[in-house]
Amino acid sequence: MRTARTLASVALALAASGCLTFIEVPVETPIRPKIDASPFSRVYVAGFLPSGSEDVDTNLETVRLLRSQLKNKSGLRIIEADVLPLADSARPAPGDGATAAPAGAAQADAGKLATIAEAELPPYEKIFENKDYWKKVGEEFGSPLIVTGSVVFVPHQRSGYVQKEQEVYDSFGRRSVVPVRTYMDRKGYILRPKFVFIDGRTGETLYTETFREEILYNAEQSTPALSSYFELMDRLLPSFLSTLSSQTIRGSRFLLK
Amino acid sequence: MRALKKLIALAVVGVAVSATLAQAADRKAAAEQVSFGIDAAKAGLWREATYRWERAVELDPSYAAAFNNLAIAYEQAGQFEKAKQAYQKAAELDPKNTYIKQNIDLFKEVNDRANRQNAR
Repeated sequence: MRTARTLASVALALAASGCLTFIEVPVETPIRPKIDASPFSRVYVAGFLPSGSEDVDTNLETVRLLRSQLKNKSGLRIIEADVLPLADSARPAPGDGATAAPAGAAQADAGKLATIAEAELPPYEKIFENKDYWKKVGEEFGSPLIVTGSVVFVPHQRSGYVQKEQEVYDSFGRRSVVPVRTYMDRKGYILRPKFVFIDGRTGETLYTETFREEILYNAEQSTPALSSYFELMDRLLPSFLSTLSSQTIRGSRFLLK
Repeated sequence: MRALKKLIALAVVGVAVSATLAQAADRKAAAEQVSFGIDAAKAGLWREATYRWERAVELDPSYAAAFNNLAIAYEQAGQFEKAKQAYQKAAELDPKNTYIKQNIDLFKEVNDRANRQNAR
């Protein structure tokens, strides 16, 4: 009995392992969008609360960038209206911290606004909870999906050891590259955008997401703030876009026989 | 008495042999389904492949490769919970298989990303 069972299991094991081969196949895994944007045919990237560096107009630049990205990579029509001067509209009234009346798109040319200090941002951000405000903005533009939020863009400095490659030559003059650790003063920027998606029909917040990206350069290198801003935004744009449209992750897997 | 014991022993061996033969037949049928499923998947017919591998695991619930392939098909369809269960079963059945392990690692990356997306 025991022998029969052993033989049977060995036979099965041999059968299983003997013909075990693999085939690598490409797979495309779909990831659903974070919010259901199907009730909307249009999107209004309204404006952002700018915070931190004054070297970049993060309100205007973020609106322009997101509009162009959504135009190319989402199925929604873009409302090309003026950018809301959100910092003005959201400025807390003295004492009660309430937000001001809707500014409307008409006030968009009110000139360049000073940025808000990072520590002072929370009372301004209460505007995102003001359903009446966003409902009025929505009514003005035919109840679209509204994209707004805040953008913190601050200079950043950090020194420390970094690994870099160095050319070395041996006694025969042969060149090679070796990794070396070296102390370096580095400076750059931190970008912390908060994206708020609002239903223009009701003024309700549908979804909020905050990102954080940073970049550091050699302190001797002179990189324009605007370049850093775009480099950092570039990193998080796929995640932003995946809020509204489904994504496909391409890869490969092993099918087994 | 001794004859009876022999008869019982023979009967037990007979049952064991017939069970083994039945198991082998199931594995053969399951292997055919797996093979057909692979051809379908290679042609991009993932629904057909899923059906074949579902049949294969029904026929032989100890077939690690069938569970592995089924997990991939579920993954491809965005059915992450089902994919996870099928991968777990495949790993249970064949814990040393490096291909299954590698598939699971890749799946975890995608699944984590999807979960992060849903949690936000």
